[in-house]
Amino acid sequence: MNFITKMFDKMEPTFSEGGKLSALHSLYDGFKSFMLIPNDTAKSGVHIHDVNDSKRTMIMVVIALVPCMLFGMWNTGAQHFQAIGVEAGFWMQFWFGFLAVLPIVLVSYIVGLGIEFTVAQWKKEEIQEGFLVTGFIIPLIVPVDTPLWMIAIATAFAVIFAKEVFGGTGYNIFNVALVTRAFLFFSYPSKMSGDKVWVRTGDAFGWGGEAIDSFSCATPLGQVATGTQPDVTFFDAFMGFIPGSVGETSALCILIGAAILLCTGVASWKTMLSVFVGGALTAMAFNAWGPADNAAAQLPWFMHLVLGGFAFGAVFMATDPVTSARTETGKWIYGLLIGFMAIVIRVLNPGYAEGMMLAILLMNIFGCLIDWCVVQANINRRMKRAINK
Amino acid sequence: MAEKKVNPFIEPLNKNNPIAMQILGICSALAVTVEMKPAIIMGLSVTIIVALANVVISLIRNTIPNSVRIIVQLVVVAALVTVVSEFLKAFVYDVSVQLSVYIGLIITNCILMGRLEAYAMQNKPWDSFLDGLGNGCGYAIILIIVSFFRELLGSGSLLGCKIIPENWFVDNGGCYMNNGLMMMPSMALILVACVIWVHRSINKDIE
Repeated sequence: MNFITKMFDKMEPTFSEGGKLSALHSLYDGFKSFMLIPNDTAKSGVHIHDVNDSKRTMIMVVIALVPCMLFGMWNTGAQHFQAIGVEAGFWMQFWFGFLAVLPIVLVSYIVGLGIEFTVAQWKKEEIQEGFLVTGFIIPLIVPVDTPLWMIAIATAFAVIFAKEVFGGTGYNIFNVALVTRAFLFFSYPSKMSGDKVWVRTGDAFGWGGEAIDSFSCATPLGQVATGTQPDVTFFDAFMGFIPGSVGETSALCILIGAAILLCTGVASWKTMLSVFVGGALTAMAFNAWGPADNAAAQLPWFMHLVLGGFAFGAVFMATDPVTSARTETGKWIYGLLIGFMAIVIRVLNPGYAEGMMLAILLMNIFGCLIDWCVVQANINRRMKRAINK
Repeated sequence: MAEKKVNPFIEPLNKNNPIAMQILGICSALAVTVEMKPAIIMGLSVTIIVALANVVISLIRNTIPNSVRIIVQLVVVAALVTVVSEFLKAFVYDVSVQLSVYIGLIITNCILMGRLEAYAMQNKPWDSFLDGLGNGCGYAIILIIVSFFRELLGSGSLLGCKIIPENWFVDNGGCYMNNGLMMMPSMALILVACVIWVHRSINKDIE
């Protein structure tokens, strides 16, 4: 650690005002605060103190995402070797998945951080840590076969139009990673849905092979959308041995992530729980009274919770502290409505097999409104009490 | 009041652009800009209608009773819109089908009523004509810019000619795909916002 501190101290004059590389000082600041604890926290006055700064919070979320990422890499490889009809061992599957997913992670980080650094430099502000999480989530919520240039464009679009124009980290109305996915979904629908994109059928860096003929890799929800019940068991879906976006398949790994987030107090258990409750209740209602010929309505409620991006969205997206509701009552309303909307979109809109993305984006808009209503209701209640006395 | 005489034709082209500055006529700007050809036709139609309507209203401005002026303006605009609509149906039928209701809806375009109320009712016919022409052209310029990007990125063509080589596309072994979001009005809104952004960055003096 001492060595790193010395290295940064030595480089300081080069990057500060008047130095040779002063144009890159935001890059320097960013790496310095990433490697070391920033020195410029509040030291006096009546600020509310917390041992966590936003960097620590972000790193916690990234750590919580790691199980999903590792499992997603293994599953990518496993699905691929199943598709090409080749037996492969655990490490072979993992390394294939690693090579297939790594470029997406790199592209997402390079493009997103590149824009963040440029904007920070241009506005003469410090670099914010917000993209650490976003850049890690983006590879997890896209199909593994998405072309890299599409990811680059979508990430650039999301960072510029969903974040920077609103004022940067902490000011965005919409979840940036979800805007990336929504951009891909509406711009390149043939690469983001259907039964061809979910499993890597080509090679990765010359390794692997072509899929055998007659191979179909529709996701369970894709099968549901075509009117058939999915041919996966609850156990498979819970563990994540199914095709899907890289990080969303395994409910188990998502629960591990949820446990990390809740133990460290980063995410709100109220939002998380209420999304699951809202989704489960809605799905139960459809099971009981929904149309009998609609496969999505008849899908058991517990399957709804483990298939597709429902669990991932509930744990990592709905709880985003910037875009979700902030009042405690508001979190319940916000979460319940996300769960409700996600299932309603799945069941009633045959065009979209998965409703979680649209449900969360929709509720992002209403987050502040819910907060406002809760605060107003509180003011009115106390006002009444004061007048009655 | 020695107000500086502004050129009624040049002003709405840039500093007082109906879309970028007055934020009028956004609805049709989102609807007709998927391709360049209908956007150009739409821009021309609006230019002609707003210029002529301005002249007519300006000629009779002193005889219109104040209480029924909106109805009189509507009658004039409706007559002109009908003429243009019939003309398009007769000579460029395919574009008229593409534009569908939006030609008819020029009558509700805020630019028209705005210019008639704000300018033609107070000014002489020649100035009113220039003002109408300028506003119509200002509107058309934005439409053409937006439709240029939407057609190029959304369909890979310009004015119906394929610009992006066929063998770039995924179906033909390349890796390029048209952007479906460009075909949707939501992206047009973002493009209009970008145009406004650039416009305000260049003209720092306008607030």
